[in-house]
Amino acid sequence: MIDKIFQSMRAALADIFDGATIMIGGFGTAGIPNELIAGLIERGTGNLTIVNNNAGNGESGVAALLAAGRVRKIICSFPRQADSHHFDRLYRAGRVELELVPQGNLAARIQAAGAGLGAIYTPTGFGTLLSEGKETRDIEGRGYVLEFPIHADFALIKAQRADRWGNLTYYKAGRNFGPIMATAARCTIAQVQEIVPLGAIDPEAIVTPGIFVRRVIALTQAASAAA
Amino acid sequence: MAARVARDIPEGAYANLGIGLPTEVANCLAADKEVFLHSENGILGMGPAPPKGQEDPDLINAGKQPVTLLTGGAYFHHGDSFTMMRGGHLDICVLGAFQVSVAGDLANWHTGATDAIPSVGGAMDLAIGAKQVFVMMELFNKKGEAKLVERCTYPITALRCVSRVYTDYAILDLSDGVATVAELADGVDVDSLQSRILLPLRRATG
Repeated sequence: MIDKIFQSMRAALADIFDGATIMIGGFGTAGIPNELIAGLIERGTGNLTIVNNNAGNGESGVAALLAAGRVRKIICSFPRQADSHHFDRLYRAGRVELELVPQGNLAARIQAAGAGLGAIYTPTGFGTLLSEGKETRDIEGRGYVLEFPIHADFALIKAQRADRWGNLTYYKAGRNFGPIMATAARCTIAQVQEIVPLGAIDPEAIVTPGIFVRRVIALTQAASAAA
Repeated sequence: MAARVARDIPEGAYANLGIGLPTEVANCLAADKEVFLHSENGILGMGPAPPKGQEDPDLINAGKQPVTLLTGGAYFHHGDSFTMMRGGHLDICVLGAFQVSVAGDLANWHTGATDAIPSVGGAMDLAIGAKQVFVMMELFNKKGEAKLVERCTYPITALRCVSRVYTDYAILDLSDGVATVAELADGVDVDSLQSRILLPLRRATG
């Protein structure tokens, strides 16, 4: 019988290795898998490349990962926030590398990875600083930039409901990058609010089919297991 | 300015109001006019801010402020959101700017300062994808220099994308490399405006 539900945070994150590329879902604080990140910090894994829309804010989530010195590089679209002081400090000291990607290119490159595409041409960024050094192409009179997929070893995402086959639904604008990151990582780990019996999620309403999800952990378990 | 922009957004338009100053436009939309507001982080049918105490940290706009969802609204992931933006499905986006060129080039994501921490978000995608890009900006910067220019000196967000610029002095339409004054603010006359701006301003006829 297939059961992707994990009871222990430590077990769910057991094979995350130093130097891994980890996609983390969330936009601002919406949909950030804070408990999975706390578990990752507790593991002590470092030298990580993190893919997220932002570079953390305040003291929790990606900011905590940065503050703990675990991040070598961040691939994101909007690092600068009113409270991104940990990133700001590390970036200015040259201790974290930044790959700045327009948000739509970030999404498209993640989708391309999940979809098995070799590369994409996007009009976003054409003629700007962010396309410098990149191949461009005129297609039917419009300029496009050649961009390559972003693959990841792991994706940490936050969803709302899951069943034991790993089917997921999300919560409001907490959805954002979760469903696309789930396709692009070799191992997707989802923290959820609620585990439901198989069939409880209407097949018409499944947002992420379980094929994209390796491990699920319920929030309540995650919070206590991380202690 | 926000109220004036709001008047030009027709009922039924799918519109993205960026972050910062342009979000004021949402508050100025007539209550009985159905406009579909899109937020890059995966919301269509975005509604106004909730009453105090009813904020949901998972229901925020692109500027990370709490919002609501109108009846009939929808949530979707980032791939679909940027399909809407990049794929030309938004009728209008309203953005701020450091500079706009007469050719319609937009510069609004980087001041060019070498020690600035660069951030871009969805601005480039919005600018190249929306059917119409409206810019809302003050016409002169703090140094008194015109922000409507021959060629942008600030780093480019997108080329040849801006169609209309709403400023505190006038509304200007950009077409074929020429800025036409469509409307003047109260008390502004076009001759004194022309004397402050290096570029030739065409006057709208009729």
